[in-house]
Amino acid sequence: MALHRLSLRLRPTVAHVRSIHTSRYGRQQEAAAVDSESEPISVFRTQENDPASQSEKQIGQFYTLPAEHIRLLFPHGLPNRYQQQVKTFNEACMMVRQPALEAISYLKKADYSKPALRYLFYGVKGSGKTMSLCHSVHFCYTQGWVVLHIPDAHLWVKNCKELMPSSYKSSRFDQPLQATSWLRNFKITNEPFLSKIKIKQRYVWTKRESTEEGRPLGELVDQGTSRVKSSSDVVAAVMKELRLQCGHPESNFRLAVAVDGVNALWGKSTIKKEDKSAVDPEELTLVYNLRKLLKNDWIGGAIITTLSQTGSLYTPKSAYLPQELLGERGFDSMDPFIPLSVPNYSEKEFESCYLYYTERNWLQHPQSRTEEGKKELIFLSNRNPTMFDRLCGFL
Amino acid sequence: MSGYSLCFTAVVVFKRKTWLSLGQLAFPCVLCRSISQNSALCRKNLAAAGPEKFTAEFIQKQIEEFNIGKRHLANIMGEDPENFSQEDIDRSIAYLFPSGLFEKKARPLMKHPDEIFPMQRAVQWGKDRRPFHFLFYTGKQSYYSLMHELYGKMLNIEKHQDRLRSKGLFSKDGHKISLGMSRWLTKEELEALLVENISTHDYNRFIQIMERLLSMPYCNIEEEFVLRFRHLLQTQSRHQMVSALQKDENGVAFSSAEGCRKTSHSTVVLRDCGSGRLSVNGQDSLLYFPVLQDREQLMFPMQFTGTLGRFDLECTVSGGGRSSQAGALRLAISRALLSFLSPSEREMMRQAGLLTPDPRVRERKKPGQEGARRKFTWKKR
Repeated sequence: MALHRLSLRLRPTVAHVRSIHTSRYGRQQEAAAVDSESEPISVFRTQENDPASQSEKQIGQFYTLPAEHIRLLFPHGLPNRYQQQVKTFNEACMMVRQPALEAISYLKKADYSKPALRYLFYGVKGSGKTMSLCHSVHFCYTQGWVVLHIPDAHLWVKNCKELMPSSYKSSRFDQPLQATSWLRNFKITNEPFLSKIKIKQRYVWTKRESTEEGRPLGELVDQGTSRVKSSSDVVAAVMKELRLQCGHPESNFRLAVAVDGVNALWGKSTIKKEDKSAVDPEELTLVYNLRKLLKNDWIGGAIITTLSQTGSLYTPKSAYLPQELLGERGFDSMDPFIPLSVPNYSEKEFESCYLYYTERNWLQHPQSRTEEGKKELIFLSNRNPTMFDRLCGFL
Repeated sequence: MSGYSLCFTAVVVFKRKTWLSLGQLAFPCVLCRSISQNSALCRKNLAAAGPEKFTAEFIQKQIEEFNIGKRHLANIMGEDPENFSQEDIDRSIAYLFPSGLFEKKARPLMKHPDEIFPMQRAVQWGKDRRPFHFLFYTGKQSYYSLMHELYGKMLNIEKHQDRLRSKGLFSKDGHKISLGMSRWLTKEELEALLVENISTHDYNRFIQIMERLLSMPYCNIEEEFVLRFRHLLQTQSRHQMVSALQKDENGVAFSSAEGCRKTSHSTVVLRDCGSGRLSVNGQDSLLYFPVLQDREQLMFPMQFTGTLGRFDLECTVSGGGRSSQAGALRLAISRALLSFLSPSEREMMRQAGLLTPDPRVRERKKPGQEGARRKFTWKKR
């Protein structure tokens, strides 16, 4: 009887001891659980924020672009929807995809004493060509290249409010507004180089104004932004200078020319002269000089371009191949080039994009978080990045 | 109205007689018709006459004419007059008198007079003008005789129950009538059966007493009587055409189906591959249907059955506009899916309305109006 009572008294103490033991063990388990919880967050994110160090292992993962870089490098380069997304999520995450990685690997391995290589991103509408272009441009920027980024060549051939006959050549036309805005953005991007590069030729603008040899490039750009009338010629001068100088061994910079919607340069334009006849893109100063730049007769740089059907004029909606969009003239001028096809998301890429949106609480609808919802999204968007983004926009 | 006119003529006749007698003419005046009659009195009061009454002889004559006509029709079509059924008659009439009218009831038809002429009550009294039925003076003789019969059946059942109780075989829940999928006749149907108008109150009372009869044990002896007033519901899943499941050379099961909506026609080949690819007329679905609504329509059958990523779709579609093409494709996909599903899932799809072809077609423009429904602008002056 006494033993029974003793065991009764002992039992709670034993239990007490056991509970202490379990609580410590439980805390260990909790700690392990926390560790394992923090891991799934980074399945679709990668810590490698430098494009140079990214490899195939990071395909499908998101890397963060530093905010400084965005402000400097892409004042006008990113797609509109992506800019809104950056503002909403307070961070700029870009997915590492195979076409961009391929372009970057070629850029790394290329021999810069040979003529510049031309890369062309092509694909169906909304498959991520502009984003791949921006990714490659980011790589060039981190490597310290001079970046000449034309966000959309289509803007130069349509909706022109002011068209002036060129002062340099009477048969050509100037577009002062577009030229000045582009020069401003160019200045923001390439601030450090503007003082280093010196021009090798004397440019005369008017009877009283001229830029002497040896002056820094920044002065030329300022001339263009302040004197709107001659801004297109300034653009032409800038392009010429950069082209001539970047091949020389004494200049220690490389030039990256990035053009989005390159098929605009060889297509038709909607700008009309006073007598209602259409203007050929060749007759526009900006386009003419850009075409000269795109010819691979200079060394020490790379030309990265994309095709775009969205802004193009007089092309069918289903056209996305280089031959169709560039036309004969364009294809002949761009040939030879390295074509890089940009497909829709693969399953892994789609999965990681879906997880990213879920983590950012962008997909609010409860159905969208289920397996069924995911299948519906795959069906409706057909794994096209733009369509998926638009769909999730109202979910 | 004819009575009134007779009266009028009679009056006229009477007046003439007196006048003539006053005039002291020798010869008797002839009953002459009034030459001028008010045209308003000639017009019959159609509303007061009630529905047109057909006599029994008239109906009989119509039946004979119908039978003779049937034989003639069989001879025209070159078929056997003896075994000429109603379906054959319909077919022949549709062939001989083709009609493009949309309203089926407006097309030419040839049916037995019993189906065309409404049932009418024969004269309820004999030559001595005494009624045949003992309940004639109630006004609703068929209804009351039915209730009387019903009560008689209930007494019958109670007598049966007493007999069983006396034998000791009575049990509370014995032998009820199995109703199956049926419902009571509606008031209109009951009126058609009794060839007499009944009020809602009478109808409710009737149904009440029938329910009471059904609740009594051992009512199966009057099953035949009760079933006369029950209407069998149509079988649920009507005959569905399920396309066969075929296998192609790689052993992959596939099925094909067609669908149409408005003026679009589509064919779909559904393959059981395991990837959710979709191609329309050789193009990507995003290119062909840029609008989200159309792609949602295509997604609906597969989302409903939960087979989204399982099948590969190859679609061809032509005609119509973007919405009707999407609708046609949706119908074709649902029909093709049928062969991969179990009967319960097929029933679910049918009830969801995925298998019903949409009958809405563009309505024609009518003369005197600007469109199908829109009238011309009404100007007051």
